[in-house]
Amino acid sequence: MSYDARFKVWRGDAAGGVLQDYTVEVNEGEVVLDIIHRLQATQAPDLAVRWNCKAGKCGSCSAEINGKPRLLCMTRMSTFTEEQVITVTPLRTFPVMRDLVTDVSFNYQKAREVQAFSPPADLQPGDYRMQQVDVERSQEFRKCIECFLCQDVCHVVRDHEDNKTSFAGPRFLMRVAELDMHPLDTADRRQAAKEEHGLGYCNITKCCTEVCPEHIKITDNALIPLKERVVDRHYDPVVWLGNKIRRRSS
Amino acid sequence: MTDLERHDYDVIVIGAGGAGLRAAIEAREQGLRTAIICKSLFGKAHTVMAEGGIAASMGNANEKDNWQTHFRDTMRGGKFLNNPRMAELHAKEAPMRVWELETYGALFDRTPDGRISQRNFGGHEYPRLAHVGDRTGLELIRTLQQKIVSLQQEDHRETGDYESRLRVFAELTVTDILKADGAVAGAFGYWRESGRFVLFSAPAVILATGGIGKSFKVTSNSWEYTGDGHALALRAGASLVNMEFIQFHPTGMVWPPSVKGILVTESVRGDGGVLRNSEGKRFMFDYVPDVFRGQYADTEEEADRWYKDPENNKRPPELLPRDEVARAINNEVKEGRSSPHGGVFLDVSTRLPAEEIRRRLPSMHHQFKELADVDITAEPMEVGPTCHYVMGGVEVDADTAATSVPGLYAAGEVAGGMHGSNRLGGNSLSDLLVFGRRAGVGASEYIAALGDSRPAIQDADVDRAAEVALAPFRDASENPYSLHQELQQKMNDLVGIIRREGEVREALDMLDDLDERAKSVGVEGHRQFNPGWHLALDLRNMLAVCRCVALAALERTESRGGHTREDFPGMDPEWRGVNLICTLDGSDAVQLRRQPVPEIRQDLLELFERTELSKYLTAPELARLDAGGSSTQQGSADGSDRS
Ligand SMILES: Cc1cc2nc3c(=O)[nH]c(=O)nc-3n(C[C@H](O)[C@H](O)[C@H](O)COP(=O)(O)OP(=O)(O)OC[C@H]3O[C@@H](n4cnc5c(N)ncnc54)[C@H](O)[C@@H]3O)c2cc1C
Ligand code: SF4
Ligand code: SF4
Ligand code: FES
Repeated sequence: MSYDARFKVWRGDAAGGVLQDYTVEVNEGEVVLDIIHRLQATQAPDLAVRWNCKAGKCGSCSAEINGKPRLLCMTRMSTFTEEQVITVTPLRTFPVMRDLVTDVSFNYQKAREVQAFSPPADLQPGDYRMQQVDVERSQEFRKCIECFLCQDVCHVVRDHEDNKTSFAGPRFLMRVAELDMHPLDTADRRQAAKEEHGLGYCNITKCCTEVCPEHIKITDNALIPLKERVVDRHYDPVVWLGNKIRRRSS
Repeated sequence: MTDLERHDYDVIVIGAGGAGLRAAIEAREQGLRTAIICKSLFGKAHTVMAEGGIAASMGNANEKDNWQTHFRDTMRGGKFLNNPRMAELHAKEAPMRVWELETYGALFDRTPDGRISQRNFGGHEYPRLAHVGDRTGLELIRTLQQKIVSLQQEDHRETGDYESRLRVFAELTVTDILKADGAVAGAFGYWRESGRFVLFSAPAVILATGGIGKSFKVTSNSWEYTGDGHALALRAGASLVNMEFIQFHPTGMVWPPSVKGILVTESVRGDGGVLRNSEGKRFMFDYVPDVFRGQYADTEEEADRWYKDPENNKRPPELLPRDEVARAINNEVKEGRSSPHGGVFLDVSTRLPAEEIRRRLPSMHHQFKELADVDITAEPMEVGPTCHYVMGGVEVDADTAATSVPGLYAAGEVAGGMHGSNRLGGNSLSDLLVFGRRAGVGASEYIAALGDSRPAIQDADVDRAAEVALAPFRDASENPYSLHQELQQKMNDLVGIIRREGEVREALDMLDDLDERAKSVGVEGHRQFNPGWHLALDLRNMLAVCRCVALAALERTESRGGHTREDFPGMDPEWRGVNLICTLDGSDAVQLRRQPVPEIRQDLLELFERTELSKYLTAPELARLDAGGSSTQQGSADGSDRS
């Protein structure tokens, strides 16, 4: 069942690096992260890689495999042929720290720029009432494991470093949409979506949706509806508030 | 003098899981300047993996539920060895802690009348677990993370700096707690990225570092679980309680080998999944122990009726507490009735429509499809026990989460006592919030009492901490990876789910050997993001913690909850009153002693039927109960007359 696979792994740091060749054993049922760990244990003890849960739940192990943004722990070796050379490189959009580890602090900055959940001031803990159908839309976006693969693949920042200041990226535009659709959020987020988070840069290529390991329909369910709401000319703040706040009747 | 980066805070919280984040939120809201330190990125802590839910007797699914029933279930689950005050506070405060999450933005699944939906789980009398599909931990961590961001936004509005009162130091490992005159003075650690040392001065440190699972080969835990907090507490002079109690979750994946141990949530059983052996038999009916007879169904028909009509039927035995189910599976496998890859079958495919399975158990569906090529809507899963949770931990005061070291606090999985000998599913997430918050309050009261007289860190202590941290960069031959693998295999084999005296002694010999070899672990390369070096430092913690586990496992000559001695299969009421306490002596060797379990107050005891108590308590304890209680400590509690 075992065979020797050929790997090319990017080794280096901020100053530069190279693709290094390795030949390494692969066993049945293994994922790429298993192979990286085997490299650490046998041939490259100082190979840097980020990971945590090894179950696709934490979003730490993001990298690019044969050029595609993927989770190392959820990419099974059986998806490659035994002859195929497998190339593992760090996320391209973020600065390299070392080997497969990148500096993802961009994402944490963007997270901080999205105005927090703003519940009605007089609503007490224990009195929140929401219907399942009303929370489901936002729940889909809350499946996000913050792997930042969508942030990595989106061409707006992948190919244009200077857009980083004015564009939050699909993950955080989706966060704006999530709060906007939260049945009890009282903030109006439309203007900010456009002016602060750069919703206008997105030209709905759907690349983000394609790489999302949680299969969240980022473009269709978050970004497009948000765009529609932003351009809605008949926006009437009173109607909007009335639609949004659903209180316990008792 | 060591080259380092320095920071000054009021409180340092080590750990960014549920317990650490809740503690930090509290500390910041109490007006303290707070630092959160974690080994991985912000939002990735182990809590993110929790699946099934968070237990709180909100009574949304069954209005009969209340804190008393939750308390009773928790004590039963822990086989009455729980710190009763912790179990009481936990049961009383969990609902408010869950409702609070909604004010931070959490979106739990709902009941038809718009409240938080609650699901069934092993050992809980009523549907009690608030949940979001099977990704509750992700919701919890993201919600707390977003609350932290919202506090930072407030600070930004006020001071122009997001981090003026609350800062997260991610990918930083703490290696030592520093003290001055017997009290906490700060913490020492290194940036994982650069290897650069960091010194934090602070009069209070809250440990929220989680568990120890990475010392075992088959585990549901991530690499972070190397028992750092347990070891930091020991070295700082605090004590660990009942480290022999380790929960082996009954259902981990068993195949393929590389994913062995990954958790299969208990909700699969809560939602109708059943366990079968290779003969197709629902074997759990054969394993209902005496203490639980009367609460669990005798026939498949009754068990199946329970899902629809829980008022008039008894529960399926698949929902017994985890220790019982894990031992049953272990026995089926041992007696040759295992599935092809050495587990048993867990089946929902014949129990629920495919659509329903995908809706209720989305991440299980995803996990099996992606990792094992198994479609759980069409075929059974193969499962077996996996090391999951440590009930034992740092000994704390129930109300304030304070350890015996002034300024040192512990909350969450790293703390001990709350769960007794066995934790119920869903009771961890609630524990994190209840005691995380209490630790934040405890630390701020301590700091207020200190006034301006803060302990000052000694330079010599800093130099020593740096020296220890750099020690692995020596020219030596032992490889940390092989040492770690050996430790994991041996702990699994010798101090695992079933224990025997001879094997535990063998484990202690093995630990002597590994301690010796650990002195000549050498790592290559430099300090920048060097996983070999990180592991070498973690090993020291794992070795200390494993010794506590083995010593306590040898000492406790009975079987209870997460500690099963094949040579002492029964539960012994004399041992019910005994806690096993580990501390370090002057030369850093682990010492073990016995200590009475805190007495259960009369009003709490009266929540139980006397017949039930008679299964757990000694004759003198029962006599005292009948006499209306007494305030003296239980006389038999040290158990020292036992052979
Ligand atoms: C797969 C799985 C499913 C589970 N499901 C449930 C469930 O449904 N319900 C339930 O109640 N419980 C569940 N549990 C248990 C529960 O998730 C854990 O017990 C709980 O999350 C522990 O939280 P914590 O806050 O104590 O620590 P963690 O969330 O583990 O966080 C520990 C933190 O400490 C940091 N840390 C550790 N050491 C250091 C150091 N030396 N320096 C700096 N930082 C450090 C880590 O980086 C991390 O941030 C589950 C556990 C697992 C493994
Ligand atoms: S759809 Fe928008 S956000 Fe997503 S990748 Fe394309 S441009 Fe970026
Ligand atoms: S939306 Fe999907 S791809 Fe983007 S960070 Fe979240 S989980 Fe990852
Ligand atoms: S390690 Fe957690 S998602 Fe891969």
